Amino acid sequence: MTDPAPAIELQGISKSFGPVQANKDISLRVMPGTIHGIIGENGAGKSTLMSILYGFYAADKGDIWIKGEKRQIPDSQAAIKAGIGMVFQHFKLVQNFTVLENVILGAEDGGLLRPSLAKARGVLKSLAEEYELSVDPDMQVQHLSVGHQQRVEILKALYRQADILILDEPTGVLTPAEADHLFRILDNLRAEGKTIILITHKLREIMEITDTVSVMRRGEMTATVKTAQTTPEELAELMVGRKVLLRVDKAPAQPKGAALEVRDLRHVDTSGVERLRGVSFDLHAGEVLGIAGVAGNGQSELLEVLGGYADATGSVTLNGSALPLSGAGCDGMARRAAGIGHVPEDRQSEGLIMPYSAWENSVFGYHRDPMWQSGLLMKNAAIREDAAGKMERFDVRPPNPDLAAKNFSGGNQQKIVLAREIERNPDVLLIGQPTRGVDIGAIEFIHQQIVRLRDAGKAILLVSVELDEIFALSDRIGVMFDGRLMGIRDAAAADQRELGLLMAGVGEDEGQDPMAAAEAAERERERREATHG
Amino acid sequence: MTVMKSLLGASAALALSAAAAIADPALIYDLGGKFDKSFNEAAFNGAQRWADETGGSYRDIELQSEAQREQALRRFAEAGFNPVITTGFSMSTPIANVAGDYPDTKFVTIDGYVDPEEHENVKSILFAEEQGSYLVGMLAAMASESNTVSFVGGMDIPLIRAFACGYAQGAKSVSDDIEVIVNMTGTTPAAWNDPVKGSELTNAQISQGSDVVFAAAGGTGIGVLQTAADEDILSIGVDSNQNYLHPGQVLTSMLKRVDVAVYDAMQAGPDLETGVETLALADDGVGYALDENNEELITEEMKTAVDEARQQIIDGEIEVHDYRSDDSCPAISF
Amino acid sequence: MDKLPPWADAVLVPLISLLLAAALSALVILGIGENPVEAFRLMVEGALLRSAGWGYTLYYATNFIFTGLAVSVAFHARLFNIGGEGQATLGGLGVAIVCLYLPWPHWTLAMLGASVAAALFGAAWAFIPAYLQAKRGSHIVITTIMFNFIAAALLNYLLVNVMKPAGQQDPATDIFPAATHLPTFQDMFATEANPLFRGAPGNVTFFLAIAACVAIWALIWRTRLGYEIRALGHSESAARYAGISPVKTIVVAMLISGGLAGLMGVNTAMGEAERLVMNATEGAGFIGIAVALMGRNHPVGVFLAAILFGFLYQGGAELALWTNIPRELIVVIQALVILFTGALDNAVRMPLARVFAMRRKPAE
Repeated sequence: MTDPAPAIELQGISKSFGPVQANKDISLRVMPGTIHGIIGENGAGKSTLMSILYGFYAADKGDIWIKGEKRQIPDSQAAIKAGIGMVFQHFKLVQNFTVLENVILGAEDGGLLRPSLAKARGVLKSLAEEYELSVDPDMQVQHLSVGHQQRVEILKALYRQADILILDEPTGVLTPAEADHLFRILDNLRAEGKTIILITHKLREIMEITDTVSVMRRGEMTATVKTAQTTPEELAELMVGRKVLLRVDKAPAQPKGAALEVRDLRHVDTSGVERLRGVSFDLHAGEVLGIAGVAGNGQSELLEVLGGYADATGSVTLNGSALPLSGAGCDGMARRAAGIGHVPEDRQSEGLIMPYSAWENSVFGYHRDPMWQSGLLMKNAAIREDAAGKMERFDVRPPNPDLAAKNFSGGNQQKIVLAREIERNPDVLLIGQPTRGVDIGAIEFIHQQIVRLRDAGKAILLVSVELDEIFALSDRIGVMFDGRLMGIRDAAAADQRELGLLMAGVGEDEGQDPMAAAEAAERERERREATHG
Repeated sequence: MTVMKSLLGASAALALSAAAAIADPALIYDLGGKFDKSFNEAAFNGAQRWADETGGSYRDIELQSEAQREQALRRFAEAGFNPVITTGFSMSTPIANVAGDYPDTKFVTIDGYVDPEEHENVKSILFAEEQGSYLVGMLAAMASESNTVSFVGGMDIPLIRAFACGYAQGAKSVSDDIEVIVNMTGTTPAAWNDPVKGSELTNAQISQGSDVVFAAAGGTGIGVLQTAADEDILSIGVDSNQNYLHPGQVLTSMLKRVDVAVYDAMQAGPDLETGVETLALADDGVGYALDENNEELITEEMKTAVDEARQQIIDGEIEVHDYRSDDSCPAISF
Repeated sequence: MDKLPPWADAVLVPLISLLLAAALSALVILGIGENPVEAFRLMVEGALLRSAGWGYTLYYATNFIFTGLAVSVAFHARLFNIGGEGQATLGGLGVAIVCLYLPWPHWTLAMLGASVAAALFGAAWAFIPAYLQAKRGSHIVITTIMFNFIAAALLNYLLVNVMKPAGQQDPATDIFPAATHLPTFQDMFATEANPLFRGAPGNVTFFLAIAACVAIWALIWRTRLGYEIRALGHSESAARYAGISPVKTIVVAMLISGGLAGLMGVNTAMGEAERLVMNATEGAGFIGIAVALMGRNHPVGVFLAAILFGFLYQGGAELALWTNIPRELIVVIQALVILFTGALDNAVRMPLARVFAMRRKPAE
């Protein structure tokens, strides 16, 4: 039996940026017709390696072989010629061009567009049928959903006759349904003999779709194994370098009285859409109430309203006293003073000021507290000292309070936020997406902190789109769909299938269209991108 | 050679302290700049004529900022230049501030006024612009067929209003019911150098019926005269003789003999007589221009009428009201 | 993206930019047949080697410190205040009103009163664009620049129709009463034997400007308000999360910015002219943008950049006095410095970053 030549073979690739060695002597073989996963924590060197392969960086050392031929890849044109296509995490599409125009951009056949467009239309049609890659070719990209934009990127690569596709964290921006569709597309591509490299840090995706998986840690390739012969636990250990608990050990909850009573909460956003449509629940001291749901069904707005920076109607009572839901006295600072801490969903755009140092961030939102004031000035030295303590207790690495927030990894950023909110000892803690973009090692620590806080008798409202996380942490679970809370179950009694149906809007209420959930998610994502873009 | 000369001059000037005996005259232009084809350029022409005729040399500076006014005065005085001649009324206050520190230097403020009782070494040269404007106003009214004439001023300040007021009085002395349209280009010094705006204003005035336009607006006037020529109406220049700009289409120019004032001051040198001098029609300090470029436009009849009025003003039989005397004008309202 | 070490960012980049601007200026001067070395010597001698030259340099620098600080405070909240011109104009108006219509026993009190008035008037002029930005989203660049024109027109109207003494040509107020005249450097430092700063307009307001630098440094990096202004500037969504009101913070930052620009009026109207003239600001509001940019929005940087621009202004005046370099070319030279230190900042920074990156590699 003769092995076919590997689609890609890397030998001894090294690359450093200043003092940082991003890739150390990396060797890798990717066999044709397979899906090869590359997994590793943030900053492990995955993206650098792929950028070398795609001609963005030149390796300091090492050789690249494509389909048995040794190649120099000085730029992306050379990579495309070698049959490599890349789908970036952040798409590189011209927003006000149509799909067709984007596909031929840079690959036009001549000075006149018409023949190229006609040819591309034909190619697109056959690709769409072959791989479930259907996109309206005449639609402007800016009107497409994120999932469809990603398909355009894949089409672009295929149109350039790529038979090796690199996808960098492709599911980071997708809804679960979109992610499922993407995996079907990848499956089809593999069946047609294409080679796919999938870069991710999500173990579940690796287990679900790859044939082979390579693990990177701190710039080195620590292992390459057949997916069928490994387990998530083993991969996690290879990634982090030590044993990792993927489950959370916790004692049963000891809930007490209701800390937060929420009644008929309604919120209308700036474009006039009602995002919360009468949400009511009780949150007890000493419990974690998990709110599951597809992103964009009102969870973000629920956190913003409770956090004090979105207006609402209805009533919210904290330990018996009503909180204002609009106007004076309704802002983040007032809520913190009342005893509600908040770890926001998006730590980079809300929870932290990225250019601020860790110590400046350590009081963000509490900076008006009289304990940090001396006359007109802030007690910067005292804040800095306090921050150093917090960073030590929450194992923030590096424990340097002068370092800007943007220079910490996602997990350590999240620990800075957590330390700030938890150490103020709030009665109620709102937590959104606590482990989004956080590496596995830090996830474990963050989950432990949440449980510890619960055991200390605090009330915790946990919002997450990761159903696994909801199950791992919650004592009770509610599902949000289209601005409503679809019913709260005891975590012990809930099963994943039932919650999945609730997330799609099927269940309690009169039968709703399951597509509405996905559409709501789309709208949400577009709104977010518009505001952050 | 000129480089070396000016450098040597500069070094010398720096080396010498007060009262060195260079005794060349110096000339300071106002913020409008040397080549405005009008007021400052007239001063430059006078200085240049003096230099050409006498072989003498002088130094000049175009100001860039308010604070440089005093600075230039002091630096020239310290370096021994005498007299120090300035154009523009804005120089009078700075001169009043520094004159006392340099008693041996003579200062000249053209268009400005410094109290001679307080500062004996200052000469103030003023012009009776209202008289010259009166004459061109008469000419405008006589040349107009639509019985509508107009005025484009530069920056809206009393001096320019005095021009407009004299012009309106002259026009109304010819035709009691004539319409005089008055527009100012702007309220900032930029109004002295905005030919595009001048052109727009002229077009607007033409659409209101004007067929003679008088521009008292520095560099902005270039646009006024150009548009008048393009639209085939008559225009009137200011300060310098601008008849040559569009021969046959510029009715006349209201002359303000800044060049003569500068020439005379340079000629007098350090022995310049100080005090206040108002140059009026009688001194030929103001007047209207008549040359080969506009001789066909000014009929014998017009010339007779204007010359007669000129004599009457000199004799005091006609009193032309000066807007600046009481900030009001009997002929038009602003 | 390779990063520069902080010292290179703060010192080397501006220095190289300046050298490039100087080199280009030298070519321009050569092009019109003058000697650039002599021209530079004239500038240095006239601006830095005579005490009166320093008197002018520091006078201009005082203006630029105020407007530079004004731009940088607003910029910390990511607001681009290009209305320094108009705010300074109004500041001058405030000074004039206080000096002319209130009786002052001594210049110290007068200066205090005039400073308060200047800051209030400047701040009031900044308030409307600030409010429109905060509440209505009207872009502050557009509104502030429009307000410059309105300020100029307003001042012109007031000077010509209200404040000008009867019979005076010049659209300017009367001279302020003697009790409000500020001591110049000459008054403060000149002695019989050593007539320093003779006739130069530099005055006690310079020390007010230095105090403003210190105060703004403390405000931005040591107070709660500065913390909130910078936070809002970096991320509005985070500010909302923390409970910082964007509307309030935008308005307050702009009020401070406008007040600083207004304070320039103390220097021009009270310190130099001793009356209010038209167009006393002379573009200092715009120079403030270049000063803030070059000074990296830090008071120390603003101070140094303001001195540099003061030198350019005074040196330019000396060039105009003693050479035949036309004034337009002097403006070109000043513009080249602004171009290189401001707009073309990255043209220097990026190649420099590459050099540093290359030097770093062999070191390992």
